[in-house]
Amino acid sequence: MRVIVPLQAVVQGRGGLVLGSLIPCALFYFLQFYLRRNRPSSSSPPPPSSASGSNLPELASIPRSLSRGLLSPRGSFGPARLSSRGTAVVRDDDNPYYVGLKRCADDPYNRSTNPQGFLLLGLAENRLSLDIIQDWLVKNWKESLLLDDEEEELSIQGLATYQPYDGSMDLKTAVAEFMGQVMQGSVSFNPSHIVLTAGATPAVETLGFCLADPGDAFLVPSPYYPGWDRDIKWRTGVELIPVPCRSTDNFSISIAALELAYNQVKKRGMKVRAVLVSNPSNPVGSLIDRETLCGLLDFVMEKNIHLISDEIFAGSTYGSDKFVSVAEVLDAESFDKSRVHIIYGLSKDLAVPGFRVGVIYSYNENVLAAASKLARFSSISAPTQRLLISMLSDRKFISEYLAVNRVRLHDMHALFVDGLKQLGIKCASSSGGFYCWADMSMFIRPYSEKGELKLWDNLLNVAKVNVTPGSSCHCIEPGWFRCCFTTLTEKDVPTVMERIQKITKSN
Amino acid sequence: MGIPGDEILSRVATGDGHGENTSYFDGWKAYDNDPFHPIHNPNGVIQMGLAENQLCLDLMRDWIRKNPQASICTKEGVSEFEAIANFQDYHGLPDFRKAIAKFMEKARGGRARFDPERIVMSGGATGAQETIAFCLANPGDAFLIPTPYYPAFDRDFRWRTGVQLLPIRCHSHDNFKITEAELAAAYRKARDSKIRVKGILITNPSNPLGTTMDRETLRTLVRFANEERIHLVCDEIFSGTVFDGPEYVSVAEILQEDPSTCDGDLIHIVYSLSKDLGVPGFRVGIIYSYNDAVVSCARRMSSFGLVSTQTQLLLASMLGDDDFTTDLLAESRRRLMHRHRAFTAGLEGVGIRCLQSNAGLFCWMSLKPLLKDATAEGEAELWRVIVNEVKLNISPGSSFHCTEPGWFRACFANMDEETMETALRRIRTFVRRANDAATAAKTKKRWDTSLRLSLPRRFEEMTVLTPRLMSPRSPLVQAAT
Repeated sequence: MRVIVPLQAVVQGRGGLVLGSLIPCALFYFLQFYLRRNRPSSSSPPPPSSASGSNLPELASIPRSLSRGLLSPRGSFGPARLSSRGTAVVRDDDNPYYVGLKRCADDPYNRSTNPQGFLLLGLAENRLSLDIIQDWLVKNWKESLLLDDEEEELSIQGLATYQPYDGSMDLKTAVAEFMGQVMQGSVSFNPSHIVLTAGATPAVETLGFCLADPGDAFLVPSPYYPGWDRDIKWRTGVELIPVPCRSTDNFSISIAALELAYNQVKKRGMKVRAVLVSNPSNPVGSLIDRETLCGLLDFVMEKNIHLISDEIFAGSTYGSDKFVSVAEVLDAESFDKSRVHIIYGLSKDLAVPGFRVGVIYSYNENVLAAASKLARFSSISAPTQRLLISMLSDRKFISEYLAVNRVRLHDMHALFVDGLKQLGIKCASSSGGFYCWADMSMFIRPYSEKGELKLWDNLLNVAKVNVTPGSSCHCIEPGWFRCCFTTLTEKDVPTVMERIQKITKSN
Repeated sequence: MGIPGDEILSRVATGDGHGENTSYFDGWKAYDNDPFHPIHNPNGVIQMGLAENQLCLDLMRDWIRKNPQASICTKEGVSEFEAIANFQDYHGLPDFRKAIAKFMEKARGGRARFDPERIVMSGGATGAQETIAFCLANPGDAFLIPTPYYPAFDRDFRWRTGVQLLPIRCHSHDNFKITEAELAAAYRKARDSKIRVKGILITNPSNPLGTTMDRETLRTLVRFANEERIHLVCDEIFSGTVFDGPEYVSVAEILQEDPSTCDGDLIHIVYSLSKDLGVPGFRVGIIYSYNDAVVSCARRMSSFGLVSTQTQLLLASMLGDDDFTTDLLAESRRRLMHRHRAFTAGLEGVGIRCLQSNAGLFCWMSLKPLLKDATAEGEAELWRVIVNEVKLNISPGSSFHCTEPGWFRACFANMDEETMETALRRIRTFVRRANDAATAAKTKKRWDTSLRLSLPRRFEEMTVLTPRLMSPRSPLVQAAT
């Protein structure tokens, strides 16, 4: 322990030389001791990363800036250093969202072969309707084959050689039609406004690179999808500012709160470049109504910023409310289209996350031009393009698939929410997505983020149920958890409830 | 109220970082406007600016036909669909990683070992280069790179990362070898300008030279990197295209030779199947690093460019077929050697010299005798004539940052033999005409002191920019896109 000699008291001659130097010394000593003891160690239960500063009333704490002035110290004789970005990425280990997924990966539940394994309720993956797609493949393998018997000589060339980086026009056309079917015919999409990427993850990052410079900010109504903290912030240098929504109005977006956040960010000298929303919402599952969409469009127009709407769950709705895409509102009203961009993908609605198909849909020619060039870093593999062109062109099949999938989602959702209700756990009202947003605040002690993480930890390590805690999603009200139900079958639900009850009973 | 143009877009989106306004791409634009086709457009521009390997696609097609279980789109393979479609783990399929590691070992004749656990995916070699830059360098940092080098590095390595590329000059008088003197000079120059050098980026086999690096030079680079504690990134994307001696030496071998003198934490390899296998459309980029932190970082970043699991499954099976890969590599090399010899012999026949090369899908030829002025402008003028009059899209040395004017890269593996013959015919005609014109001008020197190659006026029309750059495609593709 170093001996610090604070000069102030001594210099000012207050409290006498001995007391004046002794007391500040002692205080300093104890302060260092306290800090050293309370520094979070990597072995203890993972506290959330500093980005989820959800204890502050309105805004997250000022984020670490990835400013260009920040150079890591020269390591002539030290270990080979990564960049600051690289180091931050490697350290991003503590988020419960990722910790949970990692634990489950090694020991996943299976009703017959591994009934004691981890129940994977933390990953929004839909396994309910893959059999329908597999059946289609069995019947139609000839069309989606890697080789085309008719154009034998040229087919492998067509597949193997360089393609347009932002996807073939055939696939864009097929995807545009699929999106139209997903939105149930309420709006049609133009293929030349599409840039295809290898998944929605690079799609949203690419938009981040196009719409903002390092150090700029996006306003994001929270709770929001934990993956954005990685996808948008890591390499672009853009900051995400959570704008909290409240359970009292079912976590719906408030333009007033956006306005407040915008002004606060401005005061700190940061530039807000866009508002980022998900619709249907992840993690809440609610839909944004038409009025709010108009409010958002007015807001971004007034502030001269962009609106990014992640509509990746648009086809996975099951409630009585009808999904309204921002594209529909733009068609109907006379808003400025050039500041609106939609993120979409096939990972959720078509349940093929392994194939890596994401969509940037924009009305802005400059954004499309830039994004199509940036797509070279994340292009869709050609055999997958061929398979999907063939599958998506079968409109009858797609329409049937979407309908059956919706029914299955609805039934599983109802079953799951009911099961939770029996345990005394209420869920936010939701009409889409693969999850429910459950209020377990009565089971956490203390009523804080710490209590929430304690419950999360018990659920994961004792009950072997992996759910996503609200703090990972930047929810300011502790005790909310996102539970995905689409990796389960009907018979698994009682098992899930039993295990959850084990923990909630003891609380 | 509309958006006033570029004001609310980022610098990345509105700047020139994409590099498509350089001369390298003008040739491609000319090709896009008038692509050669043996039957439908025999007078079109022949694409010789795209290093694509189409020589062995027939072997792959045959394999795929014989192995339907490798594709989920067949009766035999469809049972894998559910597991594959759902699998989004960024570690990738274990069999895929094992197959890639095995293939990389085979391409190096078994002289290097690769650990499947270090194989990290990325969106093509393009994505791999960018990811490595993100992992190793901060904005403003620099990597040293020997010239001439692949033009797209300027985009892939620098655009979104903010990292700089500083040249290590190489000269034709010693066959463009990297010398320790030039390396040290480049490093010193950067230090003097207060630029922090984070590493060296090399391509081995070289693009555009087509030469493999000798052991001594590799050892020098590794030693230098160790002494200065900087990284060494080796792009070995053409490692399977070495068709002639000297034997290929990978940096992996140098590391294995004497691990005690070389810190593995500094060595990283970038690879892809786009050249060796000829499947750029599959988008398979690989980062192989000996540094655990880099593997971890790159793996997380691979979420931005994962390989489709459908493709992983196919390749796991294909590259896991030992007999097939042995035959493929051998046959590919044989066909490349044959093509290389035919092309360089054809050029030699009209007095065009190529740099002696033993790898790659192209040759590096010197057209200095045809230059009016031995300057960059002279080279640019000659290049415009070749693209617009001779109708060959070859790539000028200046786009590769070559310090000596008059060098050009011509690709020959992205076409069939007849097309190559057509290209050679055109070159012969052009060179003979140019020589005749030179001779005639000498005798008429009194009359016409400014010797000019006749330039058709219409080349000005052809260099008008097209609104969006379409990806270059081989003349053989009857693409429906």
